[in-house]
Amino acid sequence: MTNEQTILNPALAGTRMERFKRFIRKNWVGYAFLAPFVILFTIFIVLPVVTAIGLSFTDYNMMQKPHFVGVNNYKLLFLDDKVFITSIANTVKFALITGPLGYLLSFFAAWVINQLKFKRFFALAFYAPSITSSVAMSTVWMIAFSGDRYGYINDFLLNHGIIDEPILWNTDPTYIMTVVMIIQLWMSMGTGFLVFLAGLQNVDRAMYEAGSIDGVRNKFQELFYITLPAMKPQLLFGAINSITGAFGVFEIAVNVAGMPSPNYAAHTIVAHLYDYAFIRFQMGYASAVAVVLFLITFILGRIVMKALSSKDE
Amino acid sequence: MIKIKWFKGQWLHITFGKTLLLIVMLALVCFTALPLIYVVVTAFKPLDELNLYPPRFTVKNPTGKNFSDLVISLGSSAVPFTRYAFNSVVITVTIVVLTVLVSSLAAYSLVKFKPKGGNLIFNLILVALMFSPHVTKIPSYMVVNGLNLINTYWAMILPSIAVAYNCFLMKQFIEQYPDELIEAARIDGAGELKIFWKMVMPALAPAWSTLIVFSFVNNWNDYFSPLIYITSQAMKTLPLALQTIAGGAAGMTVQRAGAMSAATLLMTLPTVVIFTVMQGKVMETMAYSGIKG
Repeated sequence: MTNEQTILNPALAGTRMERFKRFIRKNWVGYAFLAPFVILFTIFIVLPVVTAIGLSFTDYNMMQKPHFVGVNNYKLLFLDDKVFITSIANTVKFALITGPLGYLLSFFAAWVINQLKFKRFFALAFYAPSITSSVAMSTVWMIAFSGDRYGYINDFLLNHGIIDEPILWNTDPTYIMTVVMIIQLWMSMGTGFLVFLAGLQNVDRAMYEAGSIDGVRNKFQELFYITLPAMKPQLLFGAINSITGAFGVFEIAVNVAGMPSPNYAAHTIVAHLYDYAFIRFQMGYASAVAVVLFLITFILGRIVMKALSSKDE
Repeated sequence: MIKIKWFKGQWLHITFGKTLLLIVMLALVCFTALPLIYVVVTAFKPLDELNLYPPRFTVKNPTGKNFSDLVISLGSSAVPFTRYAFNSVVITVTIVVLTVLVSSLAAYSLVKFKPKGGNLIFNLILVALMFSPHVTKIPSYMVVNGLNLINTYWAMILPSIAVAYNCFLMKQFIEQYPDELIEAARIDGAGELKIFWKMVMPALAPAWSTLIVFSFVNNWNDYFSPLIYITSQAMKTLPLALQTIAGGAAGMTVQRAGAMSAATLLMTLPTVVIFTVMQGKVMETMAYSGIKG
């Protein structure tokens, strides 16, 4: 290091200790502001993910020390655990239907509401279900889906001669998942919906005017050529939101069908995780379930991120 | 297209598309609103109307009995309904206050101080947005258990403060705040905390109003955390209490619907009120929560 450089860049002057002190004096406020978040984030988010990956290769019951079992947990999960395969099938089926449908519904509702009068009223009407407690509302929905003749849906179907005897909505394995999906869809216009609505209001008006000069003829062309590209960040956020939401399905399923559900018809990945972690305390095995869930949502998240990225624009 | 003569000689244009759209929207509003209206109506139904066959949607003689029953029936057991409500309020309010402060400070630091390693932290936050919170529950449980916090308020509070989404949202917003204002205040000799608290935070009111709403709603309705961290009846929060009132889905009958609806109504009111009060601010903020990717 030459003297000339030292003068030009004072940060390089002095011993290592002095430089460190100067660095701290200049930057401590920033680190102090950041510290509470980073400490809690590390303890409750970052380390848990790393730990879960580590534990998934062990056998651990919280009483004895974990011991390494290699990929045994994963082998058991995919080759021997029929209930886990059922839970994956249920979750994927649930996510494939409610994820995209809820997403499209949210966008469609936001798009239409944005062109209507009484925006605030409509926004509240659509958003309200998602801020209710899913525990409470799945039970309320079960009144409509009640398995006896008192249920509104059975009553309606019986009166119109569509069915001859009441359907046991939440105990007959054929119908459980459908009921869970309907309730989830009902609650799906949440954060994503609000983000879309706000994003739509912020699309530059001038772009629509420019579009009409360039030959955009109707609302749908406007939507595809102007609105959607301008809203990529919001669309991405909404997509990631619905992926994590759809694959994290648990509360509604448990409150509709109980746990374990009849014939495991409403058993989801999170239900399996809960079962092994907090009922049987087989933490190693449950961690393997958590890692599978992590990988699914993370990979899907990366894919939509690639598809909807707007970094280069 | 149909033309209808409207008042003052104006023509009302009704196109097929518009009509269809209106019908679809009204159907959707029915779908979203009916269960909620049902809750309100049922909460005020007397027993004989609950038992009516065939079931009737509306209420003829509204009564407050379901609400008093709710307080009394749970009051006869060891833990009164008010205790659950109290637990929920304490836990939720503490989380909301702390998460707003901690997330805003962190986001402010990430954007305006650009500390070394800040990029890494922001990337970790982006990754954390992409997996469901259940993934971290097992090790979090071990931490909480190791700190001897099971069955305490802290078990519910501590893991819910540093939420990736909250910091992300604040960061998107703070980026709009001009550096020049901060520099000017520094030259005037204002302390860093004062700048943050007296200048930056007031300007970010829409952002943290949104955080208050989301964080309140999420934690108020949180079902998974109390399920694993709380085993003592007296420490349970409203979502678990509601499950007890319902007696499990299998036991759910029309007869219990009255008490259940009353409890649901009481539990839902605070979230709806908070959202309605803050709605304007929330909408202002939400456009910033997109991800550039």
